[in-house]
Amino acid sequence: MKAALAELQIELTPYQINTLSQAAYTGWVWTTDNFHKMTILPETKQILFNTIIYVTFTLLLFNVGFALVLAIATFYLPKGQAGIFRALWLLPRISPSVLYVVLWKWLTWDTGFLNAILNPLGVAQRNWMLDTTLNAWVFVVLINGFIGASMGMILFSSAITAIPKPLLYASEVDGANRWQQIRFIILPQLKWPILFVTVYQCLSLLTSFEQILLSTDGGPGSTTEVWALAAYHNALDNYWGNLQYGYGAALALVLVVIGVIMSFIFLRFFRFQELVRQPRIEQ
Amino acid sequence: MEIILEDFTKRFGEVTVIEKMNLKIREGELLALLGPSGCGKSTTLFTICGIHRVDGGRVLFGDQDVSRVPAQQRNVGVVFQSYALYPHMSVFENIAFPLTVRKEHKNTIREKVAEIAELVHIGELLKRRPEQLSGGQQQRVALARALVRKPSILLLDEPLANLDAKLRLEMRSEIRRIQLETRISAVLVTHDQVEAMSMSDRIAIMKEGEILQVASPTEMYQQPINDFVAGFLGNPPIAFLDAHVQEGEIHLLNRKIQFNFPGSSMPTNGTKIRLGIRPEHYQPNNPIQIPGTISFVETQGRENLYDVMLDDGSILRSIQSSATESIEKSAQVLWGIQPDKVLIFDQAGNRI
Repeated sequence: MKAALAELQIELTPYQINTLSQAAYTGWVWTTDNFHKMTILPETKQILFNTIIYVTFTLLLFNVGFALVLAIATFYLPKGQAGIFRALWLLPRISPSVLYVVLWKWLTWDTGFLNAILNPLGVAQRNWMLDTTLNAWVFVVLINGFIGASMGMILFSSAITAIPKPLLYASEVDGANRWQQIRFIILPQLKWPILFVTVYQCLSLLTSFEQILLSTDGGPGSTTEVWALAAYHNALDNYWGNLQYGYGAALALVLVVIGVIMSFIFLRFFRFQELVRQPRIEQ
Repeated sequence: MEIILEDFTKRFGEVTVIEKMNLKIREGELLALLGPSGCGKSTTLFTICGIHRVDGGRVLFGDQDVSRVPAQQRNVGVVFQSYALYPHMSVFENIAFPLTVRKEHKNTIREKVAEIAELVHIGELLKRRPEQLSGGQQQRVALARALVRKPSILLLDEPLANLDAKLRLEMRSEIRRIQLETRISAVLVTHDQVEAMSMSDRIAIMKEGEILQVASPTEMYQQPINDFVAGFLGNPPIAFLDAHVQEGEIHLLNRKIQFNFPGSSMPTNGTKIRLGIRPEHYQPNNPIQIPGTISFVETQGRENLYDVMLDDGSILRSIQSSATESIEKSAQVLWGIQPDKVLIFDQAGNRI
């Protein structure tokens, strides 16, 4: 407030400042109004739906699915090549998010790489990322998925190399082709890492929003606005300038509660205890 | 089925592990590949089943050249040292696996698994998981899984190495029984000469990637081709003495002991030789007596093993029934050898 006054070049006596603060600061009250507001605002449903879409698709397609594909594919490659591929897929993870998203923007904006290639072929110039809701979602999932896939890839890769060699040999002499070896030997052996990555990434995706903020910022409209991003927008970056700390905090709190509940469900449902116990068979 | 390795060569990078090896496994026989660790016997086994590729020569299953056929299509049953049972599958699923990947009919699979489980005596364990089985039971499951597909050949990679002594004895005869009942050609890889001798029809003894001798256990024991084979077979092991040939006689221990050269292919005068004398052939009542001092006594229950130090410091071993009066350490003895039981080797170690 003092800064705002200084900016307007208004000088006040200490007494006046005190009076002004008392009038401006409304004080705090115990209230559930923000939660009530959440239940009646139509945007809540939208951001809930968006979050589910975001988490489900990024998680299944990339953080687990694509990570598995990468891990298994690189397992069958010669060591050197496999290393190069894995290192390449680590780049999105280790590059700064802002730079990384700027690259995606270069790729997709009106005068970007995609248009530079497609335009001569007669495709109308457009902003590929924000052109349609579907496009926005595709890029949101791609941007996040490319980052998230690396963790699963590393975990799955090490888990595959930890499978005792004789098991793989045995399946080969037993007549299993590549696909059957993956289906019957490798995937069952990856049960625990798959589960871990699913749970861990699900929870971290729930609260992550920086790549969306940097790329679509929830747009077009608010079609890619996820819960965590909505909390940020309300609390710290409101369109109208009136920052709703309380409402933003309430949104964030709900996210925490959802996260905790999901963790418990995961723990129960997937029988963690059974999976993390010491294996009794030695190979 | 008859399996033939023809000029088989295997390299790992720059290192040639096996060069131009030739080996024939006869139909229905159990052949033991015996040798110290690192001699290439497991490499040979893994090449027969197709896990390793051939770098030279051919592998023939019957008339068919399988050198370039992948492991999946060779129809080979392998029992791995660690058994390599699939830990996430039940015993039934483990045994059924080779049939499942061939997409055989469910009922056929059930019948075949039941039949083979009966043969290896694990009929009541089918619902269990590998982790719920003892070592011997896991071994039986591994055998069943290898046999259920009616393989062209059964390969056993140190199958008894992970078992305790009592189970090892039991499984030794079990594996032999099952192999005889199924009449499937089999290769047993082992570094244990007792295992090789007791289980196999023939032994191929290997050293540094080379097969030294292929023979039946008895023949190999009695007629070893060189000192390595003679030393590898037999427990307690054979003892070697230095000697030389002089006018049709063998002289040893500074000529104190002399006897007629037993064979016909007499070496020239002055040739240095080595005598191989097995513990059962150095006994109290044999004709050519060699005096010595007992330097070590090992009681084995039914038998006693004596190390006897001769005048020149070399050692002979003798194994004798413990029913006779046992002899104390440091006692002087005058036991003898039988010339025709002595194995004679030249300086290079080859049998004369």
